[in-house]
Amino acid sequence: MESKKVGLIRRLQQKMENKEISCRELTLEYLKAIEQENSKVNAYVLATPETALETADKVDEKLAKGEKLLPLEGVPMTLKDNISTDGIETTCCSKILKGYTPIYDASVWAAMKKNNAVLLGKTNMDEFAMGSSSENSCFGGSKNPHHTGHVAGGSSGGGAAAVSANLAAYALGSDTGGSIRQPASFCGVVGLKPTYGAVSRYGLIAYASSLDQIGPITTTVEDAAAIFDAIAIPDPMDSTCRGKTQNTAGSLNGKIEGLRIGVAKEYFDGIKQPEVSAALENAIRTYEKAGVEIVSFSLPVLKYALPVYYILACAEATSNLGRYDGIRYGYRTENYNNINEMICKTRSEGFGAEVKRRILLGNYVLSSGYYDAYYKKAQNLRGTIVKAFHSAFEQCDVILAPTVPTTAFPEGFTGQDQVETYLTDICTVPVNIAGLPGISIPCGTDQKGLPIGLQLIGNTFQEQTLLNAAYAFEQSGDYVPRVNMGVSAL
Amino acid sequence: MKYEMVAGLETHVELSTKTKIFCGCTTAFGGDPNTHCCPICIGLPGTLPKLNERVVEYAIKAGLATNCRISEIAKMDRKNYVYPDLPKAYQISQFDKPLCEGGYVELSNGRKIRLTRIHIEEDAGKLVHERGDTYVDYNRGGVPLIEIVSEPDIRSIEEAKEYLEKIQLIMKYIGVSDCKMQEGSLRCDVNLSIRPAGSEKYGTRCEIKNMNSFTYMEKAMKYEFERQADLLDSGEEVIQETRRYDVESGCTESMRGKEDAQDYRYFREPDLVTIYTSPEKVEKLKVELPELPDSRLKRYTEMGISPADASLLVKYQAVAQYFDAAADGVNNPKNVSNFMVGQMFRRMPTDEEKERCSIVSTVPPKNLNELVKLLDGGKIRMNQAKTVLETMMDSGKASSELISAEDMAGVNQDDLLEICRKVIGENAGNVADYLGGKERAIQPMIGAVMRTTKGKADAKAAQQILKQLMEAK
Repeated sequence: MESKKVGLIRRLQQKMENKEISCRELTLEYLKAIEQENSKVNAYVLATPETALETADKVDEKLAKGEKLLPLEGVPMTLKDNISTDGIETTCCSKILKGYTPIYDASVWAAMKKNNAVLLGKTNMDEFAMGSSSENSCFGGSKNPHHTGHVAGGSSGGGAAAVSANLAAYALGSDTGGSIRQPASFCGVVGLKPTYGAVSRYGLIAYASSLDQIGPITTTVEDAAAIFDAIAIPDPMDSTCRGKTQNTAGSLNGKIEGLRIGVAKEYFDGIKQPEVSAALENAIRTYEKAGVEIVSFSLPVLKYALPVYYILACAEATSNLGRYDGIRYGYRTENYNNINEMICKTRSEGFGAEVKRRILLGNYVLSSGYYDAYYKKAQNLRGTIVKAFHSAFEQCDVILAPTVPTTAFPEGFTGQDQVETYLTDICTVPVNIAGLPGISIPCGTDQKGLPIGLQLIGNTFQEQTLLNAAYAFEQSGDYVPRVNMGVSAL
Repeated sequence: MKYEMVAGLETHVELSTKTKIFCGCTTAFGGDPNTHCCPICIGLPGTLPKLNERVVEYAIKAGLATNCRISEIAKMDRKNYVYPDLPKAYQISQFDKPLCEGGYVELSNGRKIRLTRIHIEEDAGKLVHERGDTYVDYNRGGVPLIEIVSEPDIRSIEEAKEYLEKIQLIMKYIGVSDCKMQEGSLRCDVNLSIRPAGSEKYGTRCEIKNMNSFTYMEKAMKYEFERQADLLDSGEEVIQETRRYDVESGCTESMRGKEDAQDYRYFREPDLVTIYTSPEKVEKLKVELPELPDSRLKRYTEMGISPADASLLVKYQAVAQYFDAAADGVNNPKNVSNFMVGQMFRRMPTDEEKERCSIVSTVPPKNLNELVKLLDGGKIRMNQAKTVLETMMDSGKASSELISAEDMAGVNQDDLLEICRKVIGENAGNVADYLGGKERAIQPMIGAVMRTTKGKADAKAAQQILKQLMEAK
């Protein structure tokens, strides 16, 4: 087995270009693995073998002509089930969208399709990206490939499980409050949440529009950089998207001497497991040894991050989810006497409990009489949090924190204690509130062998610095062993 | 008791941009149901709005034409409510940072109706009821609207009508809307309350929704005024509520009370960025504005045209433009307006024809201008000009093709004297009547002179000669 530190995308493309394997053979390996092993982890909710093989054959034709591969070309991958795919069912893992087939492609997918990315299927998630375990999926939860008695995390749990179990070379997920980074941390893979506005949201089925961002889940930092470069492009269809300001993949050199890494104690206060603390301390020491200057400071506003997140995210969600009424697409209740009853019953039957909870919360905080006390206050505090990060980045280039205060939850945990589950988002939500880029990379395991994630946070549009800092740590050692599943030989 | 009406209007004007406010679909009226639609305007999951720059420009022009301040910073908000014609379950509108604020429209009685604001928003689709089923047509969904909100400054039905007519005319002049009430591109809600005449305090208001014709607005306001007056006279109270006007019964009826008012849960539209409008951009748009109806009216009356005729010319922008071209360089512009209002309007009996000044295709303004200049130069007489204009309108020919040099020479004094003598000889009865004190009896004789000279004679001179001849008898 080659070192995992070299990007998987690059290695697979080299194998194809060197005629060691054809794109069809490679794709079939993944498809076979999905068929045989997906049931163990429930990563995929839909496999798309025809689409995958059709693309693979196109790639093989190009290879036969001796053409060079485009970025991401021919590499088998997967999309979270909230990214719209023309002609391929996209459900957000909700009963209410069962049977809904988009008639257009999300901009990210359109760009990747042009480069012949090989789509293996759509991956599991918490319904409408609301949750931290993927157990809020109408298809059932995704399991952690490192220990199937534990969850893969969420909401992009399917994508993280697929990458971790070698059932895809990489996945695209979406991150509203940690939904890429948290499952990446739980599954021992790399998850990048780009700066808000770096990647187009057009075609991403909205949860909370001012927080949502699409990003990659990969086995290496190099892959994350390559995918970021390919998808962080300006999109006229998304007014909030301006694309990246710098290319990242070409500048990964691990040179971080003189870099200033900030450590805010508030991020460490909630850590529940000593192994997590130890892994984080080890990461800090590793950076110190590499010549990084560690800057300690306090970010007291972080204590507002969770309420601010849940108020704003639920308010936007309530509005974004109002359109699921059974009139135009998706699920419609069977028996009704009038339009109002139809809408009510469709929504009551179509949405799961967590989605309903957030719709209610969102309506409450926006309703007249409560707006000032909740929504408006949360908006103001959002400004305060943005400013606090702004000043923090005057003292440092990257902030280091745990991704999650724990390792992967046991199955069923999130269903039992909702508030406790919300609290575990404490380390990931501030990044979304402030629109910053954040990455989770493996930095150790607990006693059970469950992965621990190290989170690095960059200033807006500073993905180059962020990814290089992550790359340097990744190159410093093997922190999480690779799972012996799927296409692990490649 | 005698009551005074207090009313304010919320006017929705559909903008005539080629494409919708947040996508590239056409805004054309009609079309088979759901054919002017795309994933964005039917709100498919994952789609995002993209603000049409033109809509912002049109709204700013509307604001400038109604004396509003243009906001340097504006934003879009979501107005959340559930209805099948609203596919996203929210309308993208503007809540607390509209594009334009604080303007006014001046009425002919000199009163200024203040405007609170003008904001941009998207229209909803339409429900179609057929054979007991209900269908939704989203063609209209996403068509850009501006909502013009007035202060409660309107005091009568006449003022309300004039205000709305003015808005309609201004919007048409600046080219931002065709303002066709029958097609729904102009519609308004009326907020109406009453108070004892002389009182300063506002009464409780009712909102009458969706007036789509001037007649219905007039009837609805009249009914609502009387209804509220009856309530107060009988010692009852007006309840704040939303009402609809029923065309069949001619009455307004309650839709929902204050307690059932929708909570729209407005919040900032996160999918769109702040709208910045620089003072330079405002200046640029200001320069693009045409001369507005009020200023044109003033200019015409200063030219000596009667206010009534001036209003008729100004009412149709194409007609006014025709007038300006035809009156260019003439001594007496009143001649031009007389020809237009007196003769040309008969050839354009409908609003639609006047709207595009259809006569322009047979008589270009240059031709009328030449004719009036002949009149100015004394080359032809007025009645001759009138006859020639009729022929011009029939044939499409220019005056130069219709009037010969001989025609322009008129009738010499000796010939005229001879003709007058002859006419007096043939009209003994009229002469006797005239001499008996009936001055009008001279008119048929003038007519006879004109007929004999085929209109070439100067009617005033003929009258003079006829008088002298009769009185000398």
